[in-house]
Amino acid sequence: MKLTLKVWRQKNGKTPGEFKTYQADHVSPDMSFLEMLDVVNQDLIIKGEEPIAFDHDCREGICGMCSLMINGVAHGPKQAITTCQLHMRSFNDGDTITIEPWRALPFPIIKDLVVDRSSFDRIIQAGGYISVSTGSAPDANTIPVPKPDADKAMDAATCIGCGACVAACPNGSAMLFVAAKAAHLSFLPQGQTERHQRAVNMVMQQDLEGFGNCTNIGECSAVCPKEISMDTIARLNRDLIVASLKGIEPTVQPAKAKAS
Amino acid sequence: MSETKNETTTRTGVRSVEYVKSLDSKAPGGPIEQRWDKHRFEMKLVNPANRRRYTIIVVGSGLAGGAAAATLGEQGYNVKCFCYQDSPRRAHSIAAQGGINAAKNYRNDGDSIFRLFYDTVKGGDFRARESNVYRLAQVSVNIIDQCVAQGVPFAREYGGYLDNRSFGGAQVSRTFYARGQTGQQLLLGAYQALSRQIAAGTVKMFPRTEMLDLVVVDGRARGIITRNMVTGKIERHVADAVVLATGGYGNVFYLSTNAKGCNATAIWRAHRRGAFFGNPCFTQIHPTCIPVTGDHQSKLTLMSESLRNDGRIWVPKKKGDTRRPQDIPESERDYYLEERYPAFGNLVPRDVASRNAKQVCDEGRGVGPGGQGVYLDFSDAIKRLGKQKIAERYGNLFDMYQQITGENPYEVPMRIYPAVHYTMGGLWVDYNLMSTIPGLFVAGEANFSDHGANRLGASALMQGLADGYFVLPYTVANFLAGVKPGGLSPDHPAFAETEAEVADRVRRLLSINGKRTVDSFHRELGRLMWDECGMARNDAGLRKALRRIPELREEFWQNVKVPGEGGELNQELEKAGRVADFFELAELMCIDALHRTESCGGHFREESQTEDGEAKRDDENFSYVAAWEYTGNLAKPELHKEPLIFEYVKPSQRSYK
Ligand SMILES: Cc1cc2nc3c(=O)[nH]c(=O)nc-3n(C[C@H](O)[C@H](O)[C@H](O)COP(=O)(O)OP(=O)(O)OC[C@H]3O[C@@H](n4cnc5c(N)ncnc54)[C@H](O)[C@@H]3O)c2cc1C
Ligand code: SF4
Ligand code: FES
Repeated sequence: MKLTLKVWRQKNGKTPGEFKTYQADHVSPDMSFLEMLDVVNQDLIIKGEEPIAFDHDCREGICGMCSLMINGVAHGPKQAITTCQLHMRSFNDGDTITIEPWRALPFPIIKDLVVDRSSFDRIIQAGGYISVSTGSAPDANTIPVPKPDADKAMDAATCIGCGACVAACPNGSAMLFVAAKAAHLSFLPQGQTERHQRAVNMVMQQDLEGFGNCTNIGECSAVCPKEISMDTIARLNRDLIVASLKGIEPTVQPAKAKAS
Repeated sequence: MSETKNETTTRTGVRSVEYVKSLDSKAPGGPIEQRWDKHRFEMKLVNPANRRRYTIIVVGSGLAGGAAAATLGEQGYNVKCFCYQDSPRRAHSIAAQGGINAAKNYRNDGDSIFRLFYDTVKGGDFRARESNVYRLAQVSVNIIDQCVAQGVPFAREYGGYLDNRSFGGAQVSRTFYARGQTGQQLLLGAYQALSRQIAAGTVKMFPRTEMLDLVVVDGRARGIITRNMVTGKIERHVADAVVLATGGYGNVFYLSTNAKGCNATAIWRAHRRGAFFGNPCFTQIHPTCIPVTGDHQSKLTLMSESLRNDGRIWVPKKKGDTRRPQDIPESERDYYLEERYPAFGNLVPRDVASRNAKQVCDEGRGVGPGGQGVYLDFSDAIKRLGKQKIAERYGNLFDMYQQITGENPYEVPMRIYPAVHYTMGGLWVDYNLMSTIPGLFVAGEANFSDHGANRLGASALMQGLADGYFVLPYTVANFLAGVKPGGLSPDHPAFAETEAEVADRVRRLLSINGKRTVDSFHRELGRLMWDECGMARNDAGLRKALRRIPELREEFWQNVKVPGEGGELNQELEKAGRVADFFELAELMCIDALHRTESCGGHFREESQTEDGEAKRDDENFSYVAAWEYTGNLAKPELHKEPLIFEYVKPSQRSYK
């Protein structure tokens, strides 16, 4: 296959970026999308140009490191997979493909297609855990968990923290990511004690990081490689209402928001 | 360390007469069930009020590093944790699929701590240290408790209790799992615990930061030199103890199931600073991976071993048979595992399944492009159980296969081929997980580990978490209790010197400006290692590799092209540094493989096989851990031996006929 690529190139966060056009002439349908970029990069290096920087690691859809807006769609045209799982047989000979980084204020561009998603880590640090220290746990079978609850917790827990939901959202909201983490823990008995405080803190941190508000558009869930459901957002909203009825205030300090 | 003159290794001709030092494992004596408790009681403690005066560096945020950093933080130490990904949650542990073992005996099917210990020692083909393995089996039960309390959503039965499955040929069901994403869920548990400590200020996290060297002061590990992968800044970090939990080195083969960034740099640099390297040639090759499709291939994808429960493995009887699988009649198919191992059939252990696949492909009977593949056929299972049932069991995996290959495994047999998956070798550690450099601890896949010459399925996750949650917090404290906190400035000449060496290496890589890319060198090295130091090894092949590796390394340093600059995000520079280290490690792997003329576990020496072609151990001469010391000359490392003594599990020859 022969393809034309329009790729976003940007030296760093301080320099403005632009699209550059590249020809990819020896693309096999068996290549993954990232392998196609590898091949383009090998040519660029030999020609003495700088290769295109993009994030990736596991290349099997689980680490959440890869990203990319492909023809305007986060993780490309196929549903329920990540960019690293996308294969070139999903494209046609002669296609032009536009490749951009995630675009959202709380995800500043580092270089080319690489963005800084550390805001996600800070949201988890604000409360996305169960406070249990090593060694203090009772026997694992002491508290049975109804299978349907365990399954729902697992559905939510499969979120890989890639940020596609944010990139796809017209408001740049991280609500699906936050809701997935909150739901994972709130479906389990172990997660009940801190349930409402957790919800309030994570959402507070989300706001402090500069993510937008959720207006239930649903673009997030449509591009999510793990098909996290919009129901998690409804669940999180209910937790927030309960929290406000109970008078639970966020305990995250705004000053700590941008520190890494 | 005692010293004896030893001439046995001269058989390989690598070196002439040499002095072999034997190593002290510090494993306690006494009844094995009491050793860890006794040792824990005897170890020194650090007063809680004093703990924050001690700085501990943890390199790695996978199961081993993440668990260690979180726990040490909880205890009040001042922890600095490093990873090369943009978030600690993305460490390669995330990719583990199948499950984690623990001797809970929730199934009441005869499991026990002793049985898990026994299975692990035997599965490792009697090349692991009994005391460590027993401790691993003991703490396995605490791991599951800890993870459940953190909110790890393990699979449950309808009654709400934890579900188990049997895994990798074990005769008991002791594997806990979270769908096909067990590693992800366990790592998220550790990551959450770590995040809590970061918020509490006990752990400072350094993502996108690569350790490029270890700093040793007066014989003790006192810090590391890192490169900030975003700004390119080279930095010094001082500590009272350093923990390396940097994962395995399977990427020396270029193609493996490891993530692209997995590397040996941290452990290799520590090796060059004095840490001995244990059993470097022990590599695990997983039998069920998706075959290579072409030169563009960048990594290999594992298909869960559970597929072998229902899939039948076969190749055509005829060489070079290019008919479609559905056109090959039953009578012309060779179900070679069922044929050769009637008792275990398609469920033989990983190393046996892998070797047999290689053999039939070498005979010219492999299938698919390039003939490097065998069929894993579900048509009988679909006939017997219905498509519905198969979809329930393996739906995810079938989808993944179709995504990658474009073929529908419900209709045509899958094609699979073995791939490098795990490295049992790693830095040598004693019972306290301390390397031969005082103050340098090594955990998880990075150490030479409790798995001997072959790791059982679902045991790596167990080991990583055991090391991180339940072993290091005691043994690191014991070490710290014996030293004064701090007292060292980053301006110490050892830091300045090491930093200068690191900066110089970076400059050198950037200035070569040759004609070949880093990947092209890495691919060539990988191919050579796969051919000569992969599934089967022999004297001539290893010698060939030992001639070729230094040549290729030389060419790399003359002719590699690394574009861009040092003071920015530069992914080619990162790769170049890692590949440079792989070149050195590869040589040591071949030296180790050549010296070990026996076969054991994943190390198959063609010269040492039984009459029916199975691996044949040589306990008389090789019942030891080979721990290699860097001497300044890559071709002549010095061998030290830790003799292995089996008091509880008597060595026997594995048989799966
Ligand atoms: C596809 C796959 C499936 C598997 N399935 C199973 C399974 O079902 N059951 C099982 O028990 N085992 C399984 N394993 C094995 C198991 O996942 C690993 O052995 C284990 O997770 C390793 O954990 P770790 O903490 O030692 O290292 P890793 O998780 O690899 O973590 C290494 C850490 O070190 C950091 N690091 C590395 N180098 C540097 C450096 N130079 N500077 C700074 N940081 C660095 C990385 O950023 C990372 O944080 C599987 C492995 C693979 C590849
Ligand atoms: S919710 Fe989905 S899209 Fe968003 S970070 Fe998680 S996996 Fe990615
Ligand atoms: S590279 Fe890990 S999810 Fe794509």
